[in-house]
Amino acid sequence: MSETKKADAKKTEPKKAEAKKTPKTGKASKAAPQEAVVTSPAPAPTPAPAAPRSSVRKTYKLYIGGAFPRSESGRSYVVTAPSGEFLANAAQASRKDARDAVRAARSAQAGWAKATAYNRGQILYRIAEMMEERRDQFAQQIASVEGVNVAAGYAQVDAAVDRWVWYAGWSDKLMQVLGSANPVAGPYWNISSPEPTGVVALLAPARPTLLGLTSVLAPAIVGGNAVVVVAPDAAAVPAVTLGEVMATSDLPGGVVNILTGAPAELAPWLASHLDVNALDLAGIEAGSTLARDLEVSAAENLKRVVRPAAGYDWSADPGLARVKPFLETKTVWHPVGI
Amino acid sequence: MIGKTCHFTSESGTATVVGVTAQLALDDAGLRRLLHGLPPADQVGADARAARLGTRSIKTTAKAEALDLAVRMVDLTTLEGADTPGKVRALCAKGAHPEPNQPDCPSVAAICVYGDMVATAKAALAGTGIKVASVATAFPSGRAPLAVKLADTAAAVEAGADEIDMVIDRGAFLAGRYGAVAEEIAAVKQACRTGGHDAHLKVILETGELATYDNVKRASWLAMLSGADFIKTSTGKVSPAATLPVTLLMLESVRDFRAQTGRQVGVKPAGGIRTAKDAIKYLVTVNETAGPDWLSPDWFRFGASSLLNDLLLQRRKLATGVYSGPDYVTVD
Repeated sequence: MSETKKADAKKTEPKKAEAKKTPKTGKASKAAPQEAVVTSPAPAPTPAPAAPRSSVRKTYKLYIGGAFPRSESGRSYVVTAPSGEFLANAAQASRKDARDAVRAARSAQAGWAKATAYNRGQILYRIAEMMEERRDQFAQQIASVEGVNVAAGYAQVDAAVDRWVWYAGWSDKLMQVLGSANPVAGPYWNISSPEPTGVVALLAPARPTLLGLTSVLAPAIVGGNAVVVVAPDAAAVPAVTLGEVMATSDLPGGVVNILTGAPAELAPWLASHLDVNALDLAGIEAGSTLARDLEVSAAENLKRVVRPAAGYDWSADPGLARVKPFLETKTVWHPVGI
Repeated sequence: MIGKTCHFTSESGTATVVGVTAQLALDDAGLRRLLHGLPPADQVGADARAARLGTRSIKTTAKAEALDLAVRMVDLTTLEGADTPGKVRALCAKGAHPEPNQPDCPSVAAICVYGDMVATAKAALAGTGIKVASVATAFPSGRAPLAVKLADTAAAVEAGADEIDMVIDRGAFLAGRYGAVAEEIAAVKQACRTGGHDAHLKVILETGELATYDNVKRASWLAMLSGADFIKTSTGKVSPAATLPVTLLMLESVRDFRAQTGRQVGVKPAGGIRTAKDAIKYLVTVNETAGPDWLSPDWFRFGASSLLNDLLLQRRKLATGVYSGPDYVTVD
């Protein structure tokens, strides 16, 4: 024991000596006050040619409950560009990841719905700010995943950022537009107001990757819902980056949960899950057997379903078409004059 | 019980107890010799073993069986200052028929309440065969004179409690006054026989306050030597409550105790077990540590309230193939 300590002490000695030397050189430079700029004490020897730096590759993971876990199943799949070029290994979510995501969404939903509309709007705007910051990264990813040129990538990022800002603005206006004070025959105030429906499962479209994801996500969460979104296949790459944006935007963990993988595998579990209150089938082919089956499963607990539309134009003004289906109207009667 | 002698024979794990083959009186000095002579608890080993047992995969038919067994082992518990007779009756109804529309779903083992609610629970459970368990002895802190604790116990037994969950005096235990703890347990055991009743005695060690695994092991032996029918981890009012490694140690203790004395003692982890997955980990640990003899509601219980809901959700998932949600079970 003592021998090893001695050996350690010997090893550390030369380091101490070096450390002592450096302050001396510092003093030397102080001794020459006429030098306005402090230069390095001795001319550095020409550096040896650096060894080739090993690349640090990103692991594309899921985004559940504010954390970035790998798939519970341990599976992953290869994301390739349309040209066939390898882009990334993405986590392939399983039904248990879907279940965990629903649980995370359920526990986050009440708090998110209770936040003031103003606060929710601020956070949505913050997401736009954070995306703007990563504009180049998103544009590159869209270009490589969709096989379009970088200019088209930039155009899509800008459209997506603008969409977040647009929905952020809607946050504290939904009440005025969708709510009402109703005339009734009696001494009552009768007031209708929109309330979030709860946990919404979203099946994002395959193209456009980022704009499609944004266009299903933002309208679902602006009213106070928590969501589980499935980013299909290659859309995983910008989706994971969007998850990183969410994680740094003051959005409470669990309000948005992102699963990557095969919608055909995950959608039936989400459609039949009794703790999911609504379903957006945007990413499922319109009129397909899968779309029909999902709607049948969703009927079990009367989920609100948004059907897929063939040839939907994601760049057009969306209006409130994707906001309204995820809001329920609560009407309150209150006696007048008391 | 006090002054009774114990005789240990020389096989198996707790070999150092062999040193006490002489007749042993349960006083402070004798108990200290015995308890401190137990082989030390291996904390790292217990944690690692528990973690490994937690990775066992229990699926399909085995899972269905485990879920039903876990339901049968639940001591459905409400121990709140705000308990009302209505709430206790609702809990009893739920315990008797956890899934009212599925007759194959078993009922729980017992309903666990405070002493003043025993009569209400007893009346609500008449004819169901479900036991009424009552906490007693100044639960949860145990800070009251012995006479008060005994009166508390006797009142619960008189009101019809089938099982008494007592807390040990952790202060005395940690101060090394093992004789006092043993005497108290024995006295409460005596109080369980008030008026010709014979209530089962569960002794709560409150492992979260015992600081070390060695203390857990010593407290387990102390309780068993003093006449406990069950040893229970926690009150549920202290964090950490039940953990898998601590339960593993207690299971090893009851196994060794039976090997040495021939008397079988049950184990009840309580507090913090909320998911069916956790419950199944415990069942695996019981089977692998104490053995299948303990895989019965007579020898192993879960002290829990929200666990039952998760067990029911998992049962439904197995039966229907779709995930259910908290909207479809009672809020209690």
